[in-house]
Amino acid sequence: MSVHEQFAEDLALHAMGSLQGEELAPLQAHLQTCADCSRELELLRGDMALLAMSTAGSAPPRRARQRLLEAVAREPRHAAAPIRGRRGFWSLAPWFAAAAAAVMVVLLFEQNRELKSHVAAMNALFVDQKLQLQRAQEVVETFTASESQQVTLVAAKTVPQPQGKTFYLRSKGGLIFLANNLPQLPPEKIYELWLIPKTGVPIAAGLFKPDTRGSASVVNPPLPTGVEAKTFAVTLEPDSGSHQAPRGTFVIVGVGE
Amino acid sequence: MPSLESQGVSPDVKLVTAIRSGDESALAGLYDRYSPLVYSVALRVLGDTGAAEDVLQEVFMQLWRNPERFDASRGNLAPWLAVIARNRAIDSLRKRHPETAIDDVVVSVEPDMAGDAERGRAMEKVRGALGSMPLPQRSALEMAYFEGLTHSEIAAKTGEPLGTVKTRIRAGLLALRKAVA
Repeated sequence: MSVHEQFAEDLALHAMGSLQGEELAPLQAHLQTCADCSRELELLRGDMALLAMSTAGSAPPRRARQRLLEAVAREPRHAAAPIRGRRGFWSLAPWFAAAAAAVMVVLLFEQNRELKSHVAAMNALFVDQKLQLQRAQEVVETFTASESQQVTLVAAKTVPQPQGKTFYLRSKGGLIFLANNLPQLPPEKIYELWLIPKTGVPIAAGLFKPDTRGSASVVNPPLPTGVEAKTFAVTLEPDSGSHQAPRGTFVIVGVGE
Repeated sequence: MPSLESQGVSPDVKLVTAIRSGDESALAGLYDRYSPLVYSVALRVLGDTGAAEDVLQEVFMQLWRNPERFDASRGNLAPWLAVIARNRAIDSLRKRHPETAIDDVVVSVEPDMAGDAERGRAMEKVRGALGSMPLPQRSALEMAYFEGLTHSEIAAKTGEPLGTVKTRIRAGLLALRKAVA
């Protein structure tokens, strides 16, 4: 028998269990193909056994024998009798456990797949809604931004008159109001927008002040839903507003479009 | 069918065969024969009687549960048990799970160790070889074997080059082999 010299010392260390990781891998690969080195490993373990056997001399406590035999009596009998033909339930237990584990893996895989699909759908919905929101914000910003240039077109050679435009969605109580050419406010006065319902008293729809060009906007003031509007109006009120009912003069009134 | 005895089968192999059939008295017989060996190895490694007794129990329970793991065609039972006991004791010393399955260990000793007399003579030779071994070599061998230190740990502990430690461990083992040859 000739051992490959480059592995000779590592074989001894491997027999001791000292080799790990990068040191162990090449030796293990070599042992797969080298019968001589594999045989030498067995002999080195035999040398180790000689060293171990040289320690003999201490007797274990007497109770240890009884302890062992009691433990053996508690063991399922099949464990020590693999040659018996009949297999008990416990011998099949690992197979049941393996089968149960396999079923669990399949279920978890399926659940994971559904969750991933759900998350993907939610992500798609989120992106879609984000885009819609972005578009809506752009529309509103175009209407309401202070730097948005607003031009009212009227018949030629006529003086521009105060005017307003409302966009009202009854089912949601949504309202956007845009106004132009409003006179500048007198001291301690403010404009107030009103929703005039078909039945019942007017509903306050927000206080506002125009900019230097007479432009103003009110976006989604707090309104009840489902109110059918007859028209809208803007009044000039004390700077705290009237809220309950218009008390000041009407500046502009809807024409019932 | 001829009996095992008539085929020249050793008493150890007969007891292991009986254990395979679930014969508890066969395990008791092997325990009576080899428990001092297993216990001494574990005690030498662990230095604690309680811990050594636990290893003793574990080794024989493994033999009871998996008697087929001992391959009589690859060596005698005594060296096999001694190596298993040492490895389990080192695992216990290092508080780690067993790294080597009991069936992975093939132990081969050239002289026949099946009989008490042969074993006794071999051990005398081994002790003699250890006694005449240069101290640094014996020390490296015992640190690796009974303390479970790696060659790197021994080199760090002794301040000697790693290559020297490796050489000493291998040379020490070969010296034991030569002593009993």
